[in-house]
Amino acid sequence: MLQRSKTRPQQQLSLGRRLLRDRVLLLFALPGVALIIAFHYVPLLGNMIAFKDYQPFLGINASDWSGWENFSVIFNGDPAFLRALKNTLILTSLQSIFVFPAPILLALLLNSLFSERIKRIAQSILYLPHFMSWVIVVALFQQMLGGSGLLNNYLRSHDLSTINIIGNSELFHVLLTSQIIWKDTGWATILFLAALSQIDSQLYEAASVDGASRMKQLWHVTLPGLRGIIILLFILRLGDSLTVGFEQIILQQQAVGRDISEVLDTYVYNNGVLGGAWGVAAAVGLVKGIVSVILVLTANKVAHIFGEQGVYQR
Amino acid sequence: MSTRIVQGVPMPGWPMRIFKGLVLLIFCAVVIVPFVGVISTSVAPNKQINESGGLVLLPKSISFAAYESLFAGGVVTRALFVSIFVTIVGTLLSLTVSCLLAYALSRPSFVAGRPILLVVLFSMLFSPGIIPLYLTVKGVGLLDSIWALIVPTMISAFNVVVLRAFFMNLPNELTESARIDGAGELKTFTNIVLPLSKAVLSVIGLFYAVAYWNAFFSALLYLNDSKLWPLQLVLRTYVINDTQLGSAELGTELLPPQASIQMAILVVSIVPILIIYPFLQRHFAKGVLTGAVKG
Repeated sequence: MLQRSKTRPQQQLSLGRRLLRDRVLLLFALPGVALIIAFHYVPLLGNMIAFKDYQPFLGINASDWSGWENFSVIFNGDPAFLRALKNTLILTSLQSIFVFPAPILLALLLNSLFSERIKRIAQSILYLPHFMSWVIVVALFQQMLGGSGLLNNYLRSHDLSTINIIGNSELFHVLLTSQIIWKDTGWATILFLAALSQIDSQLYEAASVDGASRMKQLWHVTLPGLRGIIILLFILRLGDSLTVGFEQIILQQQAVGRDISEVLDTYVYNNGVLGGAWGVAAAVGLVKGIVSVILVLTANKVAHIFGEQGVYQR
Repeated sequence: MSTRIVQGVPMPGWPMRIFKGLVLLIFCAVVIVPFVGVISTSVAPNKQINESGGLVLLPKSISFAAYESLFAGGVVTRALFVSIFVTIVGTLLSLTVSCLLAYALSRPSFVAGRPILLVVLFSMLFSPGIIPLYLTVKGVGLLDSIWALIVPTMISAFNVVVLRAFFMNLPNELTESARIDGAGELKTFTNIVLPLSKAVLSVIGLFYAVAYWNAFFSALLYLNDSKLWPLQLVLRTYVINDTQLGSAELGTELLPPQASIQMAILVVSIVPILIIYPFLQRHFAKGVLTGAVKG
């Protein structure tokens, strides 16, 4: 995608003349580039407060350097940091095991439907939750499963014992995982459905002529056809493995307490923005960001070694 | 999408078809029922809500008392105006800025094309982190300003890449002939490129609009002043955290039961999405796939 058109002979104009020629285009690009630099690259540089004893009244530049001191929570294993790390790793494993395969299964189900109309109706219902904000999703879950929600009112009116789901710290990780499944499974089928529609139907015909059962066709034709997209999405998932739903958790943290709900992102927010430990929070955020980038690059490398495309190519 | 890939495969037996239908039905019901419950409760009469103890699935009669008290000019009315302002102004600014940048990047001979494209692409790889972003927004004086909900998230690198891919696919002859006719870049952009890009503009515009409407964390992070709160923050305070909405907050003495007020707030924040959903749906699969394939 970085290719220039090579057919056009490169005009031998000096850089100054070319800049002058493209002045309108430069003006077009200016606001967007300025925004990206101001709110992406400048904050990236702002990460240097991780190496400073940041004092809000002094500002970033005037605050003293403190070397690696802010990173000591990570290297010395501060309990609050370890707690956040542990919850993050638990949630990310739950998401990889339960959230990741859900849309693949749903896409296979949708794809195997014979009626295009039912398929389209189901799709328009299942895509909808993706466009709801986390505030709405959390509120809807409360209304359905909370203490006075639909489920418990039903149980109560039938003289059954109620189930405490919302605000129950033991079930919190399960609750978070099921909320993500509810919100995004339908939407995530889009990419898999697109990949399924790319599989050559002659492969299925050939397989069925050879006597392959439907299960065999699934295994030998469908799944290999999905392999590229599954690997690509898994790499992206890996890069996000330390990001486990910040808005979703912040909204529900009060009810269950930090022991079970603190993750790396909420640790950064709670200690930095709310707690005033700016340097330490920035240090944790910075390490998290760097580890995420390393994870993506490594996973991509592994994908290349196994002959897959991955996210980008050399 | 229209070619059926299951050709050549015999129809599965009835047990399998019933099983699949059932699974699909359950999936869809789990998605739909909460919405139905919330909408029904917001218009259900008092007595029925009290009897059920909370959510009502089928209202016996319909009353809009909850909505009347919400729109009486209190907290929720104000939040609604904030959200509408942020969504409309934000979307227009986002679209303008993104299209201009994407158009410049789509011109093959643009002198700064390659370095700027790299700046855009690299920004997708790293996320700067909450603390430095907060300090930057504070540094440019946007804290406690409504523009804090718009400016920091105004441009999405991903959307720029999608738009650029679309512009590059437009037939070259059209822009070339415009140039020969003496049109400058601005004229080519507004008179040739934009009219041909209505489909992709509506997809990207809708994506931006949904993001602005749903934004919750930027408001929590940057706004202390509750007068500037958008709907999502009001929703959190009065529905999720269950803070009571009194007549002082609502600006009216008429108080329907909390449950129906809460559900009405929820409905007010859901309905705009439901209204644009059919438009979204018509275009989004195409939009997402353009991004996935070309990006």
